[in-house]
Amino acid sequence: MKEALSKEDVYRAAVVRCRTVLLVVAAVTLCMVGAAYAPLAEPGLRTGLILAAAGFNAFLVAGHLMHLLQERNVIYSLLAFTVLFFAALMGLCIWAHGDTPAPGGV
Amino acid sequence: MQATSTVLPHLKHAEHSEAPGGFWRTYVFSTDHKVIGIQYGLTALCFLLLGFFLILTMRWQIAHPGEPVPVVGWFLEKVLGSPASKGVMSPDLYNMFGAMHGTIMVFLAIVPLAVGAFGNYLIPLMIGANDMAFPRLNMMSYQLYFLGGVVMLASFLIPGGAAQAGWTSYSPLATVIPTDGQTFWLIGMILLITSSLLGSVNIITTIVQLRAPGMTWMRLPFFVWAQLVASFLLLLAFPPLEAAGILQLMDKVAGTSFFLPTGLAVGGATANISGGGSPLLWQHLFWFLAHPEVYVLILPALGIVAEILSNNIRKPLWGYRTMVYAVLTLGFLSFLVWAHHMYLTGMGTRISTFFQTTTIIISIPSVILLTCLLISLWGGSIRINTPMLFALAFLPMFGIGGLTGLPLGFAASDIQLHDTYYVIGHFHYVVAPGTIFALFAGIYYWFPKLTGRRMNEFWGRVHFWCSLLFMNAVFMPMFAQGFAGMLRRMSDGGLSYSTRVAPGVEGTLSDFILGLNNYILWAAVGLGLAQIPFIVNLFRSIWRGEPVRDDNPWQSTTLEWQTPTPPPHGNFLRPPSVHRWAYAYGPRADGTDYLPQSVPESALSGQATRS
Amino acid sequence: MEIAYTVQPRPDTGVYNAKLGMWLFLASEVMLFGGLFSAYVFLRMGAPPDTWPHGWLSVPLGTLNTLLLAASAVTTLLAWAACKARRFDRFKLHLGLTLILGTIFLGIKGYEYRDKWLHYEVQLKDGRIADGHLVRARTTAETVVLHGRYVADRRELLDGRRKHGPHEELVIPRDQIVRMQNYAPRHNTFMAIYFALTGLHGLHVLGGLVVFAYLWGPGSRLWHVDPEHFTNRVEVAGLFWHFVDLVWIFLFPVLYLT
Repeated sequence: MKEALSKEDVYRAAVVRCRTVLLVVAAVTLCMVGAAYAPLAEPGLRTGLILAAAGFNAFLVAGHLMHLLQERNVIYSLLAFTVLFFAALMGLCIWAHGDTPAPGGV
Repeated sequence: MQATSTVLPHLKHAEHSEAPGGFWRTYVFSTDHKVIGIQYGLTALCFLLLGFFLILTMRWQIAHPGEPVPVVGWFLEKVLGSPASKGVMSPDLYNMFGAMHGTIMVFLAIVPLAVGAFGNYLIPLMIGANDMAFPRLNMMSYQLYFLGGVVMLASFLIPGGAAQAGWTSYSPLATVIPTDGQTFWLIGMILLITSSLLGSVNIITTIVQLRAPGMTWMRLPFFVWAQLVASFLLLLAFPPLEAAGILQLMDKVAGTSFFLPTGLAVGGATANISGGGSPLLWQHLFWFLAHPEVYVLILPALGIVAEILSNNIRKPLWGYRTMVYAVLTLGFLSFLVWAHHMYLTGMGTRISTFFQTTTIIISIPSVILLTCLLISLWGGSIRINTPMLFALAFLPMFGIGGLTGLPLGFAASDIQLHDTYYVIGHFHYVVAPGTIFALFAGIYYWFPKLTGRRMNEFWGRVHFWCSLLFMNAVFMPMFAQGFAGMLRRMSDGGLSYSTRVAPGVEGTLSDFILGLNNYILWAAVGLGLAQIPFIVNLFRSIWRGEPVRDDNPWQSTTLEWQTPTPPPHGNFLRPPSVHRWAYAYGPRADGTDYLPQSVPESALSGQATRS
Repeated sequence: MEIAYTVQPRPDTGVYNAKLGMWLFLASEVMLFGGLFSAYVFLRMGAPPDTWPHGWLSVPLGTLNTLLLAASAVTTLLAWAACKARRFDRFKLHLGLTLILGTIFLGIKGYEYRDKWLHYEVQLKDGRIADGHLVRARTTAETVVLHGRYVADRRELLDGRRKHGPHEELVIPRDQIVRMQNYAPRHNTFMAIYFALTGLHGLHVLGGLVVFAYLWGPGSRLWHVDPEHFTNRVEVAGLFWHFVDLVWIFLFPVLYLT
């Protein structure tokens, strides 16, 4: 009986946590949409804000819904490598693009 | 796949009654990692032969442009039609064969053989597991690979023939060629990539999760480490190419312009496209895979060589830990060097410096690995047999391949050598007398475990010495041709750049350089003939080979030899446990010179235990 | 023959096989979408100044889809939590909700695709450009009818966020048309990468739904045999679904908002 009760408690805790995550994600999404229409002078700032909001949402989903906040080391190390190589792919491509000399002149 | 049924009867008597019954479930739709390994192996060997056949006919065309291909010319005309009319290889057909030779060798032959066959068969045995972690996924990987191979082969038979834009499939060329070959190539590649992804997920999970009790990370045989790193490369480097493949497929089929720049003109007319795409994007995504892919080709080979070498020197591998860290470093760095294939795309000096630096740094772990293997030989009591000969030959051959890569890593020297036969010579030294020799070594070495019989030693040595001789005869002259400036994709073998056509013009090719083409042709024919003893030996030994008296005929320490021969479904009779590292070789008090990983200390009955 | 650690976690790694396998697969998925996002960045950076379109996609629909997918991610987690609490009825309820939410997501995506498919840019002989949605009922062999507006220059179409004149019925004789093209992938690189990214994402959604439908329907028989194993399956499928949500969390701002 006690066992069943504690399982029920765990479930309720999950419900509460899920509800919070969903509400925060929804709020951040709406803020993000707001930022897209806000009268900001700097387009870079706007993009930065939007991506930061998206990153925060992603953190919530990955951290809480995918339990990444309490995961095993084997998975952390795997993801660390993945993130690193992802950054290398994106970063070096962008760098290569930026470092390409204009055709016809130096 | 007729050959499948020739090997497998030997497994039959080993199958326990618990194995799912029926021919189809046991041999064709099997989930047993050993059967799948053999399926991979036989399919990949067929593709290896096909890839070799393609290049052999191309070498004829290079040496004798416009002359009908002897012996097989009629066959080419019959199967492929107009591109091979009168048995003469047209430039289009030359391009198809060139593109497909590379594709078949890399994606359908070497990687499936090295990772699919050796990895599948040996990893569970070496770590003491009874199968792969996901047996059904394993079967699916093989089926996707097979399907990808069928799509690639089918592309030869469609109107217009196979892909013609090289194995690198650079856009816009690959996109604007009006035939459907490239579409088939892309679909085939997507299947092969998916197969590799599933396979690598399986291999990594198996190594991480299913190691037998006591099999700690530093007790793993080096082969398993090499396979683990290779699988990680497949897992993380292949997806960007899959993405690129999807985008190029959309360019081909849906009319998009991902890789097609604004104002692209095809055949003198402006193409009817939206433009705005970037050809460089394809190259980045392609080489992001294709450079780590080089290490996928090499690492399992290094693993095989390490196992065979340590077994036949009868002493521990020198610097095992160093090798493990080197292979991890190698895997890591291989993601950061890809643009050294792109120095000539007009990239800026800063990014070029970055990639030159990483490229030279990555040679350090490679040299460490090779040096450890070389030093291991020092003071060993070396047994010479066919697998050992191949493993020994791997060292200098891979050494030549690696060292000739250094000039290609520097932008300044690469400008001269880029896209010449020098590059061809360089990477073939790495892959052909390098990786393929290691794979041969592996086949000779583990054959007794698969069949219970040894391959013939005499014909093995004939195979070895002839292969070694002809491999070098084929690839060594290519360095000279490359220095002379002969480009790699010319269907006339450089004849139109002969000094006879344009006397006195700087950079034209002398008669000597062009004459090497004919010499290479006959060396390649010799190399082909040298494989006949191997093929006959392989199949004959299945039934007629000398039976092994022991489950451990090479007196090896690793777990795969502690199984019945051939290993039954489920591999081990008793769940193994591991008590020491994989290289406990050396003279012992009881007169033996090795101590298997699975023998517990308590069983040594008070003997002095040195490992 | 039993393979170890299919249900119980391996003590030293702390995970069971399928969980590690799924994370490995997700790592490769990160690189797959990473390749596509890199392509997006590359194309966008390579576009000449003021040629990259903005505001071509419906932000309300995109927002709605974001919320739907986030909600479905939450119900997936609750389905797993219900399995953990051994409450099969709640599992059925939550996974059923996930299925419904995911299907609505795909429906909205399909509507957006259809909208783009019917959206035409028509180059006229007099130099003007008609831009609008095809009125299929009134389009005949002689005339094309669009609901939209005329512009003098293609560049006026680039920023959908800016206020522009009212939309009206445009009747265009076919012999006046130089070139007529819908907003399909071939329209420009933005549409191309939009369809590539959302199409691949949509396939992932579809795949996830198929797996969930299996777990909800025939696959749930395993519950009665081995509830722990079944719970693991729900967890692993849920990880995939959360990843799909994660991709959309970035797709939405990147394609719709910036």
